[in-house]
Amino acid sequence: MTLVDTLQTSFKAVLSYRLRSLLIILAMALGVAAVVMLTALGDGARNYVINQFSSIGTNLLVVLPGRAETSGSFLGAVLGQTPRDLTLKDAQLIGRLPQVRRYAPLNVGEAELSAANRLRAVTVLGSNANLIPIRHMKLAQGSFMAQGAGSNAQIVLGAKIAKEFFPRTQAVGQRIRLGDSRFLVSGVLMSQGETMGFNTDEIVIIPIDYAQTMFNTTSLFRILIEAKSHSEIEPAKQAVLAAMKQSHDGEEDITVITQDAILSTFDRILQALTMAVAGIAAISLIVAGILVMNVMLVAVSQRTAEIGLLKAIGATSADIRRLFFAEAVLLSMAGAILGFLLGQCGSLMLRLAFPQLPAWPPAWATITGIMVALTTGVLASILPASKAAKLDAVNALGKK
Amino acid sequence: MIRLTAITRTFHMGEQAVYALNDINLQIASGEYVSIMGPSGSGKSTLLNILGLLDKPDSGCYELDEKRVTDLSETEQAQIRREKIGFVFQSFHLVPRLTAAENIELPLTLSGIPSEQRQIRVNEALQAFELKQRAQHRPAELSGGQRQRVAIARATIMQPSVILADEPTGNLDHQIGAEVMTLLENLHHRGTTLIVVTHDRELGARAHRQIGMRDGKILTDHTDDAG
Ligand SMILES: Nc1ncnc2c1ncn2[C@@H]1O[C@H](COP(=O)(O)OP(=O)(O)O)[C@@H](O)[C@H]1O
Ligand SMILES: [Mg+2]
Repeated sequence: MTLVDTLQTSFKAVLSYRLRSLLIILAMALGVAAVVMLTALGDGARNYVINQFSSIGTNLLVVLPGRAETSGSFLGAVLGQTPRDLTLKDAQLIGRLPQVRRYAPLNVGEAELSAANRLRAVTVLGSNANLIPIRHMKLAQGSFMAQGAGSNAQIVLGAKIAKEFFPRTQAVGQRIRLGDSRFLVSGVLMSQGETMGFNTDEIVIIPIDYAQTMFNTTSLFRILIEAKSHSEIEPAKQAVLAAMKQSHDGEEDITVITQDAILSTFDRILQALTMAVAGIAAISLIVAGILVMNVMLVAVSQRTAEIGLLKAIGATSADIRRLFFAEAVLLSMAGAILGFLLGQCGSLMLRLAFPQLPAWPPAWATITGIMVALTTGVLASILPASKAAKLDAVNALGKK
Repeated sequence: MIRLTAITRTFHMGEQAVYALNDINLQIASGEYVSIMGPSGSGKSTLLNILGLLDKPDSGCYELDEKRVTDLSETEQAQIRREKIGFVFQSFHLVPRLTAAENIELPLTLSGIPSEQRQIRVNEALQAFELKQRAQHRPAELSGGQRQRVAIARATIMQPSVILADEPTGNLDHQIGAEVMTLLENLHHRGTTLIVVTHDRELGARAHRQIGMRDGKILTDHTDDAG
């Protein structure tokens, strides 16, 4: 029997037993669709986080006081003791390193903002002019410590704050009180919404020395650094560590986190998560495989008389085996294709429902899903096919 | 040319051994028309199954066209079934989901004959067995006589040298049965060896050679003088 005839004969059988075929195809399709959609979800989440992380800066390094137990673990730095504070002098030292394009010292606090008859608490960032470009923030109006302006008492308002306090008038040029000091509004941030759980629409930015006076501190919360290029990130980190060690009397008491390292950590974690989810979805394919096996076994016993007849008119055992095998493969293939389409449709719906989530199924997952479906289908049909092939012709013919 | 020497076939039903065929020696020349008669359980079907290579004897030798077929591999036996033997069964054994034409086409497909040639030969067969109008009907939509005609068309489409018919008229009424026998006899007239198992003495008598069986043995073997 030729391959084409085998496939055609099996195809006819697939069409003849509609309900059974539909059941198998559906089971396979749901498994494949689950793999495609869940990995789309996982990969979408991964890309979402990476995008968010990338949007906070480029070639970003963060210096924080305290020594991490093992380099790279910033949990240790957060929990560890801080033997020595970071100071503005440290920041200036770092700013002079050749690998550093620009730096921004950072202090964070809370204060009350008031103007006219309004009053509210706001998060206050104290920094220099570089904060805006380093953190990829944009000004909708005005400027922040424009060149030559020096660090006079100027303030930049988050978009929402500006709207709250100056709903009708232009915010830039207005006077406003923060804590006990008066400030001149020099700029308004462009609305960015929330990135990484931090809403820049509801902050205000003031020069670092005003912030340090206001919060009565000489130490810095962080120093943000932008390296000159991606390849300078690691050298910059080493240079910062060396410079700080030297200026801190030979003690390594700071931690440098690179955006890159965090990014790749997140990337790894979320990648692993996606794979785990894909694995779970793949289990449904195994279940589908078991279903294929059972349904095919039922098909063999239903068609016992037919198998006997085929043998009587000269089919070899191999012919019979191939016929049932081809049937299972055709069904699995149809299931895989339908599942692929369902999965793509599902991913599209996800993207439509959650526009921020780039839920594209990764190619590896799609291919793996389809391959697993086909492999399970093929494996699941081995037993029924060989059972059919082994049937004794005389006994089989006797069955009705 | 068929030669059976000391063929035995035993079935075991628990403790008990049933000698379905007990030391059968038989020689049938090419082009003979043989009827096999005997009471139920006398081994007629078992003999036919062994002749058709559907069953293997426990001992003895079966030669078909001077070739020992008992020793052939499964695949070689399948090839002989395909090319030299045509089976006709009492219960027709048509594939219910296939049309009459598709049922007739099956042996050609199994032999790997190209589709265009298959169509030509199936059409000829449909014509010859007056099934043209029923080509696209499924077995369930056919009468018993039509079903058996489809089965005979299928058994002969490969132009086998031997037709084995196991009570081909058993499920048909007398007149239709006689028509089916005439169809089979027409094949014999064209040179095919025809071996028919039947209960019907009258139909059995139409064969030139009548074999009587009982308890797995050949009791009588009578050949008409007319030949
Ligand atoms: N598969 C089988 N298993 C057990 N016994 C069988 C089997 N096939 C046939 N027999 C026994 O062999 C004997 C001959 O059967 P069979 O050739 O079918 O007789 P007939 O066709 O003449 O009625 C019977 O006694 C029957 O019960
Ligand atoms: Mg019988």
